Amino acid sequence: MGLFKQITDKPWERTGIIGGLRAEGTFSAPPEKVALVFFLVAASIVFSLFGVSYVIRMELPDWIPVSEPSQLWFNTALLVISSFLFQRAKTLISNGKKIVTSTFASGGVFAILFIAAQMVTWQNLQAQGLFMTSNPANSFYYLLTGLHALHILGGLWVWSKSLLRLLSGAAQEDLRLSIELCTVYWHFLLIVWIAVFAVLSNT
Amino acid sequence: MAYVPLADQDNEADLHHPHSWVTKYVWSQDHKVIAIQYGGTAILVGIAALMLSLLMRMQLGFPETFDLIDPNAYYQSVTMHGMIMVVYMLTALLLGGFGNYMVPLMIGARDMVFPFLNMLSFWFYLASVLILMASFLVGGGPTGAGWTLYPPQATLAGTPGHDMGILLMLLSLGVFVVAFTMGGLNYVTTILQNRARGMTLMRMPLTVWGIFVATVLGLFAFPALLVSVIMMTFDTLLGTSFFMPAIIESGTALDHNGGSPVLFQHLFWFFGHPEVYIVALPAFGLVSDVLSTHARKNIFGYRMMVWAIIAIGGLSFIVWAHHMYVSGMNPYFGFFFATTTLIIAVPTALKVYNWVLTLWEGDIRLNAPMYFAIGFIFTFIHGGLTGLFLGNVVIDLPLSDTYFVVAHFHMVMGVSPVLVIFASLYHWYPKMSGRMYHEGLAKLHFWITFLGTYAIYLPMHYLGFLGVPRRYYALGQTDFIPESAQDLNAGITVAALIVGSAQILFFINILWSLRNGKKAEGNPWGAASLEWQTPDTPPVHGNWGKELPTVYRWAYDYSVPGAKEDFIPQNMADADVEMESKSN
Repeated sequence: MGLFKQITDKPWERTGIIGGLRAEGTFSAPPEKVALVFFLVAASIVFSLFGVSYVIRMELPDWIPVSEPSQLWFNTALLVISSFLFQRAKTLISNGKKIVTSTFASGGVFAILFIAAQMVTWQNLQAQGLFMTSNPANSFYYLLTGLHALHILGGLWVWSKSLLRLLSGAAQEDLRLSIELCTVYWHFLLIVWIAVFAVLSNT
Repeated sequence: MAYVPLADQDNEADLHHPHSWVTKYVWSQDHKVIAIQYGGTAILVGIAALMLSLLMRMQLGFPETFDLIDPNAYYQSVTMHGMIMVVYMLTALLLGGFGNYMVPLMIGARDMVFPFLNMLSFWFYLASVLILMASFLVGGGPTGAGWTLYPPQATLAGTPGHDMGILLMLLSLGVFVVAFTMGGLNYVTTILQNRARGMTLMRMPLTVWGIFVATVLGLFAFPALLVSVIMMTFDTLLGTSFFMPAIIESGTALDHNGGSPVLFQHLFWFFGHPEVYIVALPAFGLVSDVLSTHARKNIFGYRMMVWAIIAIGGLSFIVWAHHMYVSGMNPYFGFFFATTTLIIAVPTALKVYNWVLTLWEGDIRLNAPMYFAIGFIFTFIHGGLTGLFLGNVVIDLPLSDTYFVVAHFHMVMGVSPVLVIFASLYHWYPKMSGRMYHEGLAKLHFWITFLGTYAIYLPMHYLGFLGVPRRYYALGQTDFIPESAQDLNAGITVAALIVGSAQILFFINILWSLRNGKKAEGNPWGAASLEWQTPDTPPVHGNWGKELPTVYRWAYDYSVPGAKEDFIPQNMADADVEMESKSN
């Protein structure tokens, strides 16, 4: 039954079993995936509210525009590669291919490289004398990049757990969902990063 | 799909039954134990917040007689009372407590889908409570910024607790948001994916609908609180200027420059207004089920009730600026927010009509839960009507800083949800404990609480019209407030002390009945919804014994024509319903 049909049903008119022989969820997806989608919506609200705050704050008179370091393009490339590798691992495991471990592992490694590169960018900024409190544009820069990095670290925690299980020879079938969810999460963080980058570039 | 016998579908074996006392009652992953942990903690902090309000009342009512608190302590009490009651008591009790207890039982599940996350949610909540309570112990005490924590005053000298107090408050709120997110993902996913066979969305009891939509609101609104908490923490600790404007503190210019305090207000109320409905929607659901059960009638307009819950939830995100009329805004915005605010009255009034129509010609059983539920209809109508006044910009401006507002929000989101909580605690007490509470004591508790809250809050409306300002430690000398206002204040304080101490009746009742109450049958009210059909009372770990229930009907088959009993449980097939013998 479609969702619309479900919530327009008149429950008092019909008794008896509705549905199949087994209990059915509203969406034909594992609960972990449903929970992840809700989490992603909540996380994107966090980032959008920061984005709105940025735009409002930008219009106040003390705003000093800061041009974004060009290194960010390089960092973005690292994250794109990471996301691509996760997608590749997901495709491999869906097709039942055996050689998934190295792809999955390198996906995470590129994410770690991304965070390292972000930290280098921070240091370069600080070397130029642009600190957290120097001006509001910088405050937002550190805040948004930091928050994004924290989200990646959270993803890496799940990634490392799955990787350990892969390495210790767990059945690939057991890890399929885990790898799929990691991939969804990585794509989400890539989109968020591009949005953050766009917001920060808009000075 | 191949036929799978019911017994073989069982996932009972997947549940790890706890063996030691510690895993059963402390580090428990059972939703019912977590619910009681959540509820117990929420009630304890609620008592602390109640005490704070009594301190404030004694100061306001008898400023000469009692010298218990100074102006600083008064502001700290106002702040902590408000924040604890709204977030740490009502939200935690309704969603962490009732959400946890009711959801799996009502939808016919064995537990939440992520029991470990559920346990973690409680421990994070407990941590947030402990952090908050720790602020009473640090130098400077808890923050006295008002529960809205508006910058810049929240962090400036002159506001009590402007150093450690506010930081602990922000940290505690951050931890609370994490706890709520873990719990909330659980409730939402469990309701969507883990319902028993035959339990369609529209067969769910309204309690589950209320909790579901409230949880979604929470997942989407708490991020706004988190965002404002993070930026305010940065302003305070690291010296950024997100919210802090250029400002002089005790003669010294601070380093802040150009921040926007109004931005904080927008973010705070973008959370703050949905928060009202995060509290109200579960209460709406619970009260609907209590009313229907004790009126022996199906809830009137079930589909409308569901859609009203969803509509209220959606609208609650586009009304937030009605809390900020006094801050000033473009008149067109004021017009927009006044309009949306008044539109919310439509689905809300629809719910009230439906509750009243549920009672209409019902076979009403005036048990204690029903007293509280009907009492709720009264207090909610009163609180709701004053909301219509305050939703209009021109009426809000003169009334906003007076006791009229205090009366309004206490009626609508203080007294009303609390009455529902009492109704629900009495109603489900037999299922939770296996014992009946003492009926007479419960009714006494109701009358003192219900009449007492009117004695407290009705006069406050008049004080508001007189222009008595809220948030003031003492009235002082004014021309426009007559001296009799002080007499009214004294009367309110007496009523508050009586109502406050009368709550002990409730605790005596539930504690005494735990041992000495009459043993409860599994379904003492003759209720149709699933939680009353568990094989054990109170339900054991895994809830349903060997076989999960199958659902054949909605949750409101009361007084069905032709049926012998005046209710048909949700898990009873048509063929098993005993009919009255007819001579056909």
